[in-house]
Amino acid sequence: MRRIITATVQNKSGVLNRVTGLLQRRQFNIESISVGPTEVEGISKMTLVVEVEDKQKLEQLTKQLNKQIDILKVSDITDKAIVSRELALIKVVSSGQLRSEIKDIIEPFRASVIDVSKDSLAVQVTGKPEKVEALIELLRPYGIKELARTGVTAFLRGNKPQVAELPSYSLL
Amino acid sequence: MKVEAKPAFTSIEESKTGADLLIEALLQEGVETIFGYPGGAVLPIYDAIYRAKDRIKHVLFRHEQGSIHAAEGYARITGKPGVVLATSGPGATNLITGIADAMIDSLPLVVFTGQVARSVIGTDAFQEADVIGITTPITKHNYQVQHVQDLPRIIKEAFHIASTGRPGPVVIDIPKDISAENVYEEAFETDFDLPGYHPNTKPNPLQINKLVDSLTKAKKPVILAGAGVLHGKASEELIQFVERYQIPVTTTLLGLGSFPGDHKLSLGMAGMHGTYTANMALYECDLLVNFGARFDDRLTGNLKHFAPNAKVAHVDIDPAEIGKNVTTHIPIVADVKEAIRELLHHEFDMNLHYQWSNQLEENKKHFPLWYNDSNEEISPQWLISQIHRASNGEAIVTTDVGQHQMWAAQYYSFSKPNHWVTSGGLGTMGFGFPAAIGAQLAAPESQVIAIVGDGGFQMTLQELSILQERNLPVKIIIVNNGALGMVRQWQEKFYEHRYSESLFPIQPDFVKLADSYDIKGMKISTQEELQQVLPKVLAFPGPVVMDCRVVQTENVYPMIAPGKGLHEMIGVKP
Ligand SMILES: Cc1ncc(C[n+]2csc(CCOP(=O)(O)OP(=O)(O)O)c2C)c(N)n1
Repeated sequence: MRRIITATVQNKSGVLNRVTGLLQRRQFNIESISVGPTEVEGISKMTLVVEVEDKQKLEQLTKQLNKQIDILKVSDITDKAIVSRELALIKVVSSGQLRSEIKDIIEPFRASVIDVSKDSLAVQVTGKPEKVEALIELLRPYGIKELARTGVTAFLRGNKPQVAELPSYSLL
Repeated sequence: MKVEAKPAFTSIEESKTGADLLIEALLQEGVETIFGYPGGAVLPIYDAIYRAKDRIKHVLFRHEQGSIHAAEGYARITGKPGVVLATSGPGATNLITGIADAMIDSLPLVVFTGQVARSVIGTDAFQEADVIGITTPITKHNYQVQHVQDLPRIIKEAFHIASTGRPGPVVIDIPKDISAENVYEEAFETDFDLPGYHPNTKPNPLQINKLVDSLTKAKKPVILAGAGVLHGKASEELIQFVERYQIPVTTTLLGLGSFPGDHKLSLGMAGMHGTYTANMALYECDLLVNFGARFDDRLTGNLKHFAPNAKVAHVDIDPAEIGKNVTTHIPIVADVKEAIRELLHHEFDMNLHYQWSNQLEENKKHFPLWYNDSNEEISPQWLISQIHRASNGEAIVTTDVGQHQMWAAQYYSFSKPNHWVTSGGLGTMGFGFPAAIGAQLAAPESQVIAIVGDGGFQMTLQELSILQERNLPVKIIIVNNGALGMVRQWQEKFYEHRYSESLFPIQPDFVKLADSYDIKGMKISTQEELQQVLPKVLAFPGPVVMDCRVVQTENVYPMIAPGKGLHEMIGVKP
């Protein structure tokens, strides 16, 4: 099963290596990993997408991560209400004629063209991994010259009850 | 951040270096002995040791591997972290086996490695090795010191991490320019905050209630005692608890001594070479209470057949061990001592399980450990029994790895905690003799016996140098079968007697070897000789090397063959 795990870590040298090394030697497959600073100085957040066999393996993974001294918190947020996003840059083969066709394809994805050259077009798309995946599949027939994905980053949605308690006025 | 410029009037003699800070920090931690070996990158530290030689002892081993196994032996006996020091590059890489060994057997160590100067790290400088990269998977934690003022705090953290929770090795890698750096401050901040490290020691009361409930209902309960009982110093509580409720106890290899082997409720050791009674108890029980063991595969055998009908309760200070190998119904993350104390606070009724205890007694009576005794030649099992007898079962016994290790575990019945030092998880040949040196340094008044194989002894015998030098009366008993016995046994059983590279065509003369180190050596070949000599050897005030020639063809039995279940033991007494 595919799980999204977040880890809050102390931003110390080697911490990424500790995490990836641990997963590798315990035979967990990392599909993607993204890391970046959080709102708290010195604290970073990692978002891992992993493929695990069963619940027992999943429990091992979170427990082993939790044992690391530099890891503060590990959560499996797969089944929670979350927002998750990924960014992809896709360079597609495209001569003049195809350009508008490609633009039509990417439009519903709210993707944008960020670079144009004589024979190629670079597209940027942001969204859930499935959406990114779908666009890539649509563009594949045109010939993808280069593809770069950031991997998923995610967090929990705002607390529902709290939102409900807010006075209902429009922010706009 | 940077230390202040040197005041003009301070002479070099008055200033301290990073290395002095290190020694002061060790003294603060109550360290008495450093197990080490010098080299270029740690010269500043050795200079500080020279300055502090009245306050701290350094034991110079003859190979870094010897120093770290000795530190492990010391840690196993005292419960305190063993402190190891080695130089960068080859010094550090020579420690790897010991670090991995300490990690898997949960022994507290604080290991200092020298590193090349910060300015050349990453340039493949002379004697540079990526110690942090290499040791990350085999340490509880590791540090590379980046600023001299962090050193005292890091050392304090390292001792805390190594010795609390589930103990383990911590490596501190110190660039040479940091240990050499002059410091002028009186003291540096040592308060630390480890927000990601809070080992839980208190058991959850709800889980304890569940366990009490299961205990009241159980008809065939059994307790498995692991090294967690030793680390948690919980033997007395364990004895009190099982005596109150008459619950039988088996131990793991590393848990030997956590419960007296001669106790009425003891079933002996379980696992691959455990007793029939212990393994069948694990197989047939309806409630298995694991105190501080990690359900290693050498204990469980084929997991499909491990305690198939039992409710499993597991008390462990390391949450990751619970549910890792064996499905657990009652998980209790806690220090074993606190958990048993909590259980002792509950007064409850247990069914007196006569049928169960009768069944176990019958097994004990009909299927005890057994071996073929020969008349004149020494059989290795008999040898261990004789050692047990001659030392009143009170010696600290260290072993190497192989057949002799299993026979020592089977036939030296340990009645007290912390008298047994062996490499269980990693199974490290070369461990036994240096570990005995560490144990003797930890307990100078105790009888320390290293039971080693003729193969493994040859891996670290260079440490013989230290015995006379340090006046350590370690008794080395070589169970000499002229073979890599355990390998030979597996080749006999599972590879149709194809003894590939497991028989020694020639052997060194161990008596002459001992003699060259000015140690008393002797060769013993018959039972009669052994009986005459052994008491004298053990009473001798100095070190002795006893080369005991034993029957080569003996095998360790009973045995759970690889892939088999607890109930499929072979070599049970006919
Ligand atoms: C460092 C290391 N290398 C190899 C092994 C594999 N091994 C396990 S037992 C054994 C034989 C040990 O022979 P010996 O020391 O003579 O002891 P015996 O089994 O004969 O009692 C070997 C080679 C090991 N455990 N450790």
